[in-house]
Formats: sequence, C-alpha cells, structure tokens
Amino acid sequence: MSFPFTGRAEGAPVHAARRRFMQGLAAGGVLAGLGGWPRHGWALATAHAPGVLAGTEFDLRIGTSPVDFTGKPRTAVTVNGSLPAPLLRWREGSTVNLRVSNALPPGSVHGTTTSLHWHGIVLPANMDGVPGLSFDGIGPGQTYQYRFDVRQGGTYWYHSHSGFQEQAGLYGPLIIDPAEPEPFSYQRDYVVLLSDWTDLDPAALFARLKKMSDFDNYAQRTVGDFVRDARRDGLRATLQDRAAWGQMRMTPTDLSDVNANTYTYLLNGTTTLGNWTGLFKHGERVRLRLINGSSMTHFDVRIPGLKMSVVAADGQYVHPVTVDELRIATAETFDVIVTPSGQDAFTVFAQDLGRTGYVAGTLATREGLRAPVPAVDARPILSMADMGHGGMSDGAMGHGAMDHAAMGHAGMGHGDAASADGTAAANAHAMHGAHQAMGSTSQGMQTHPESERGNPLVDMQTMSPTPKLDDPGIGLRGNGRDVLSYARLRSLFEDPDGREPGREIELHLTGHMEKFAWSFDGLKFVDAKPLRLNYGERLRIVLVNDTMMTHPIHLHGMWSDLEDAQGEFMVRKHTVDMPPGTRRSYRVRADALGSWAYHCHLLYHMEAGMMRQVQVVE
Amino acid sequence: MSIRTRLSAALLSALLPGFAAAQDVHGQGVSRDETPGSAQHADGHALADGPDDQAAAANPAGTETHRRQAHAPVQRTGHDHSQMDHSQMDHSQMDHSQMDHSQMDHSQMDHSQMDHGRATLPRTPIPVLTDADRAAAVAPAHLHAMGDNAINHSLLLDRLETWDAAPGTGNAWEAQGWIGTDLDRLWVRSMGERTGGRLASADVELLYGRSVSRWWDVVAGLRHDTAPGPAQDWLALGVMGLAPYRFEVQATVYLGKAGQAEARLEAEYDVLLTNRLILQPAVELSLQARDDARRGVASGISTAEAGLRLRYEFKRRFAPYVGIVHERSFGRTAELREVAGERARQTRWVAGVRVWF
Repeated sequence: MSFPFTGRAEGAPVHAARRRFMQGLAAGGVLAGLGGWPRHGWALATAHAPGVLAGTEFDLRIGTSPVDFTGKPRTAVTVNGSLPAPLLRWREGSTVNLRVSNALPPGSVHGTTTSLHWHGIVLPANMDGVPGLSFDGIGPGQTYQYRFDVRQGGTYWYHSHSGFQEQAGLYGPLIIDPAEPEPFSYQRDYVVLLSDWTDLDPAALFARLKKMSDFDNYAQRTVGDFVRDARRDGLRATLQDRAAWGQMRMTPTDLSDVNANTYTYLLNGTTTLGNWTGLFKHGERVRLRLINGSSMTHFDVRIPGLKMSVVAADGQYVHPVTVDELRIATAETFDVIVTPSGQDAFTVFAQDLGRTGYVAGTLATREGLRAPVPAVDARPILSMADMGHGGMSDGAMGHGAMDHAAMGHAGMGHGDAASADGTAAANAHAMHGAHQAMGSTSQGMQTHPESERGNPLVDMQTMSPTPKLDDPGIGLRGNGRDVLSYARLRSLFEDPDGREPGREIELHLTGHMEKFAWSFDGLKFVDAKPLRLNYGERLRIVLVNDTMMTHPIHLHGMWSDLEDAQGEFMVRKHTVDMPPGTRRSYRVRADALGSWAYHCHLLYHMEAGMMRQVQVVE
Repeated sequence: MSIRTRLSAALLSALLPGFAAAQDVHGQGVSRDETPGSAQHADGHALADGPDDQAAAANPAGTETHRRQAHAPVQRTGHDHSQMDHSQMDHSQMDHSQMDHSQMDHSQMDHSQMDHGRATLPRTPIPVLTDADRAAAVAPAHLHAMGDNAINHSLLLDRLETWDAAPGTGNAWEAQGWIGTDLDRLWVRSMGERTGGRLASADVELLYGRSVSRWWDVVAGLRHDTAPGPAQDWLALGVMGLAPYRFEVQATVYLGKAGQAEARLEAEYDVLLTNRLILQPAVELSLQARDDARRGVASGISTAEAGLRLRYEFKRRFAPYVGIVHERSFGRTAELREVAGERARQTRWVAGVRVWF
C-alpha cells in the first residue's frame, strides 16, 4: 500500500491535479435535472445494468438532449436520451429486431434524417445503415426496422452515418455474446468507450477546417526551435531539414487535424473530472472492452502499473499478447484483460496521438478513488522517414524523442548518403518487409496512379512506403513501454477463407492539407466510380498512404483480413489503420452482395471525400 | 468534372486488370487471359500433379511467376470434386479454335509451391445467393450525400491598420475572400488607403479562380478602381498560391480600357516567434506598362512597399498587430508624386488588426 492517495481517499474523491479546460470543466453527460448525471458503469457481469439494452427486441429513439461537458450547455444527438447511446447486447445466433425512430426536432443543426450503422457487423446490405448506399435513411418521424441474423460475437460499436451526427454524440457500444465459450476467463467486464466532444456545431468545425486546416496546431516549429536545433544538430543540418519541409510546404508537427484545442475527450461519456470508475477486487481478472468511438482521434491507452493482455481486436479473437500500451485508431476495438492487485486504484489513461490532451478513468476497489494521472507525453515530430521519404536529412534525424531502430529506414538506400549512418544494418527485419511490400515496383520506389499526376487535390506522394507492421507508431517508439503493433496481432483462427487472392487492387490514400480535401487516388467520392467486386471472389487490397496523416480505413460488410509483411494472413479486422509512409495489404472475401461504404473513419476526412462505394455484384 | 470522370474510369480499368479477366472466365468458360496452366486445369483437369512436380524439380525458379497469376474465382484444381455438378456446365459457348497451345512451355512451371488445399475452395463456403439476398442488395434511389463538393467560404481582413505619420494620419485595408469548392472558387479582393481624410486609393476585384496544380490557382476577372483618379475598370489575370517554403504569393496582370497595363506582385511569409506571436514580412511591387498621369504613375516599376508586421493571435481569428511599413515610388512616378506634393519615400509605423471569418 505504498500508493499515496489510498490513505486519504476514504470516500473523498481526489481530483486530478491538472485540471485544464480541455479535460472538461464539467463532469459532463446528459443533464438529467436531478443533480448529477447518469454515469454508465457498463459493468457487463451483472445482467441488466443501467444503460444496457439486451435481447433481440430493441426500440431506439434518436433525438436531441441537452449536455454539458465544458461548462457550456450544448445540444447532443442521443439515443433514448443517452450519450453515449445505450449499450446493446446481442447474442450470436439470434435474430435481432431494432426499431429505430427519428425524433430529431425540426430544424435541428444536426439534420433532419438519421441512421444507425452497426460497425463491423456482417449483415445484408439494406441493414447496414448508410443513407444512399444501404437505404434512404430515416426521415423525420419515421421508424426503420433493422432485422438481421447475428452471425458473430465480440466487441463492436454503432453510430450514425448521417452528416456529423456521430460527432454530436450518436455512438454507442455493441457487445455480442458468442455462441461458443470464449477462450479466456475474467471476473469483471467493462466497456471503455473513448470519444471526442466539441462544443462547436460539427458542420462549423468542418467549415473551419476548410478555411484553415491547421487551426488546432499550436505546436508548429518556431524561431526558438530553429535556434535549439541549430545548436544541437548544426546550422547546416537544420537548414537542410527546414528546406526539406519548406519545399514540401508542410509542417512536421501536423499530427492530427482536430485535437484537444477543440475537443474534450470522454471515457464512457464522461470527462476526466467525471472519473469513470470500474470496480475490482484484488486479483480479479478484469476485461476491458476498449472502443474508439471518436470522430477524429487516435488514442494511446495504458494503465500505469498494469499489463494488458490483448485477447481480441475488432471483435475477433487474437492470440493473447501482453503489452503496456496500445494505440487504438478511430473505430477500432480491443479487448484486454488486466489483473489489478497491489494497489486500490489504477488510472486508465488515454492520450491523443497529437499529445494535446487526454481522458482518464479509474479502476478501483471502491468508488471515489483516484490514482495519479500521468503527464501527457512529449509531442513527437514527423520525420521524412515517417512519411516514406527515403531521402532523410540529418537534421530530421536529430530529434531526441525518436527511436531510430524503429524508424523503418528500410525504404532508404537509394544512394542517399544519409543512409550510410549504420542504422540500415540494424533494420534487417524491416528491410525484409520492405522487400515484400515493394513487390510490384522494380526500383523500390512507389509508383502512383495516373489520377494523382498533376492533381490539385494531391499535395504529396510517398516515395518508398513500407508495411511498418512492427512499428508501434509515431510518438510511441522507444518510450520505455511495451507497445502493441499490428505485427503482434495474430488471429486465433486460420484464414477463414483460405484462398489466395485472385487479384489485387491498389488504392492510394491522398489529400491536400491546405484545402482539407481527402480522397482515394486523388478522386473524391463525388468524382470516383464504385469499386466493383465479384460475388464470391477473394481479392487483395493494397493501401498506400500518400499523406502525412494516419487514416483508419473501414470496409463495410466484409472483413479486412490483414496480411503480414510476407503476404500471409495475419489478423482479421474491420478497420485497418494506415500511418503515413505505410503500404499495407489485406484480403477481402466478397461474400456480401450489394453496395457498401469504404472510407477513412476520421469523420471529416470521409466527409471531405475519402470514401468509395464498393459494389459486390453477381 | 467530365475529365475527372474519365480519369476515374481509366484508373479503374488500369487498377483492375484481373477484373476483366474474371468476367471473361464467367462468360466464356475459358479465357485467353488465363494462364496456360490454369486453363489446362479448368479444361477437364487434364493434368495430373505428377508431371508438374517433375517439371517443378527441374525449374525451381518458376515459382514466383505462377504465384502471381490471376486466379479467377472458379474451381480449378480442387481435389474434392464431389461438389461439382457437371450437368450445369454449358460448353456451347466455348470456342476452342481460338486456343493456341503452341506457345505453352510447361517446363517453366513450378507447381511445387502450390498449396492445392487452400488455393481452391474457400474453407468457409460462399453462401449461395437467394432472391432475398438480391432484394436486400438493391441500392436506394438517392446517392449518399457528402460534403466533399460542398460550397465553403472564407473572408480574411489581412490588414486593417492606421498610422500617424507625415504628411498626416491614414489608414489602409487589404482583404480577400472566397466562396466555392476545393477547385473552383469565386474570389473577392480589395485594398485601399485613406490619407489626410481623403481616399488615396481603393480597388475591388471579382475573380474566378481554378486550382491548376498542387499549390496554384489561376484567377481571372475584373478590377474596379475608385481612386486614384477617376473610376476605372480593368481585366485581371493572375496566379495565387503557396510558393516553396510557404511564401504566400499573388501575381496579377491588369489591362485597362485605354490600353494601360499594370502588374502587381505580392508575397508574404509568416515567421513564428511563438505559435501565437507571428512576424509577417510582406512585399508588394507595382509595374506599369505605360504612363498614366490620371493615376499618377509612369511606366516601369512605379511603387514598392515592404512591411514587417508583428501580430499576436489571441485567437486564430483575431490578431492585433503593430508594424513598420516602408513605401517608395520610383523614377518618373516619384517625380509625378513630388509634383503632386506627395513624398516619394515614406516610412511609417502602423497598428492594426487581422481578423477572419
């Protein structure tokens, strides 16, 4: 019991020392009018906890509710008056009936029609809930009946696919109890749903991004940084580095488009101040179902003092892998098991990729406890190697926070002197991956679709991307913690289809930062033809990230079976995260007839055009 | 837009070569796109594995070639043929006369790496489609609505400043705004100056702008001057965009009704002292094609202005600033100004505000 807070925390909540605006001035939640907010414990071990709807028959009413997360009252889009939306609990093998009604008030800024999409669920096309692709949406006063067979188990989520309603609160956890016993055991079961809230009208936020895409970037390099770098790395190297970025007209501090300068991060619908608490008894195995239900935020999650055993990714079992920390991209889910003991409280800490803020909750032996909340990590800086540009200047390499061993220098070695620093030798493994990834290019340089050439909507092209599957990610390298990477995820089952892909589709993730325009192959949704897949075929999708941003790519209706660097089946997912400078591939089995959405799950990227229609035809 | 649509069509067919091949297989039974080896397999399963394996032993290098072949989603090499129903096969469309096997060289084939267990039928069978599946797959009438081609807008009052210097107080503005999509925008630009209580210069431009490359827009339209001199109109043609190292650049040529022509070049740059305290050097240059006494300018470089403004962004949208501006006129323009009682050179301290909406 060396823990400092436990002694004086008898029933008295201890608030975090750092109470910044962005962490929320209010505990938050839907204003109930009875003092206090309905905070969802979402303890699943008990049968019918508050906020949990279980069974096969569901009546969900989409409307608006007053909320307050920052001290300013706002209007959120809610399901049955709840933010996040109620936890839905289904059973694999059952048929669910969901009557979803639209009770949005006339003239709502959040639109008149609505929809619910069941993220990661395999179902008939007209049940998928994407207006304009699956159905017509749910008009004012209408009720849409979703009815389909539940053919999978695991941790998922659901959200609106209409306009910006997801940003305004329309998201909730979806838990499916599997038909077969699970390959792990636990005594407690909690949902940890992470999300981002803004007091802005989301459409106004989108408009703001169109006017000034780096509005939230208050970490740009300054004259002071230049002097510091010049002293450390030499004037010449620093000038070279600034020149490299200047010629690209980009900034290496551009990690995320919207961050805690705009957002208040929520955990299960409450701010850090609200301190969501999951109870445990010493030595119990606690299952946490991590869901990233945010609109624009990658979270790095850890529980200081506890190892997390990752047992499922995107609802699908994986060989357990024990880590200290994991990055959860928007729309991903991870199931982890922790065994808290030795202290009475542990902080569940989730900081954003851009290192601008965090949200924290607590695992505790009783309500009202709090463990220390760690400081947000130092902000990383993108390197040219991060973006798959082999020609990295020495200046770009000089940053102390970088872990050179994980930087994927494999793409280098095109005669650039900078690679002669010996790091390449330490990267035999990455080199191997690079070799595989560049299978389709003879020189090791990435080729690009013709539609990107001279395209005003494409401001950058990667030169030598690699899969980087074993890279923990920007800002997570060499931080002294054991961090999950995709390479460590292995499905507990073999490739469920088993066929070699019959063909390959390569798609490039493209964008223009200044215009805040996003696309595939330089073609926005409005300008692109649907991708046509033949019913029953097995194909490979290769994604190449030609941007500076990290894009979680989600294919509706079908699984994305991520391949390892050798092109072998690795892990089944519904959302594949694509950091800058990566080239990653996955197998798709086109076993779902109809029209499906395929998009970046960063909401404003999708809305700006980073979406395609996929048609599976006979 | 039509160019872009054609681009996407070309792109799609370029990206999906296997797609066409797969369709051929379904339509005709045997496709010429299919590799010799798989054609053989499909065509009555003529080849046993034995001979191939022997060929493989002789030719280990052929592995990669075969692995890269487009495998159409048809049952080819399955060992379990119990699922096959040959009664459904229609060979009437097959035209064997088009097949040319003379080019086949089996010696290059290496089947030793083939895993016949997984390369054939999926482990999980593909469900047979029902009419219910087909009904559920009918797309709705209205396509998905997105904001990817939405009309957006922006208005920046880059300078709204005042000064107190010889020969008197003055104030100036410079603003620009746009409304439109990512590629097509309607621009409004305006700049002007009041000194000693009278309008020294004022113009407003209405331009159509089109993005032509990553960083550059071409603009064309009209400019209307209310001062100096009598009101007059110009045709405007120019470029604006982001030069390397993030210099904001505008270069415009103006043609007047009387045949006069002017060129303006503007460049500015943000030096971040901190993320809120920003020093902005800016230069403006005016060139005239010929003398225009009514406007008080002569041919050649007429005026140049260099400014250094230090702003503090209390909010992104609101930043007061102080600055120093040096303005001078050249050659005969300078003479004309001196005749009119103006100074050819002036340095002034300014204070103002930068706001955008």
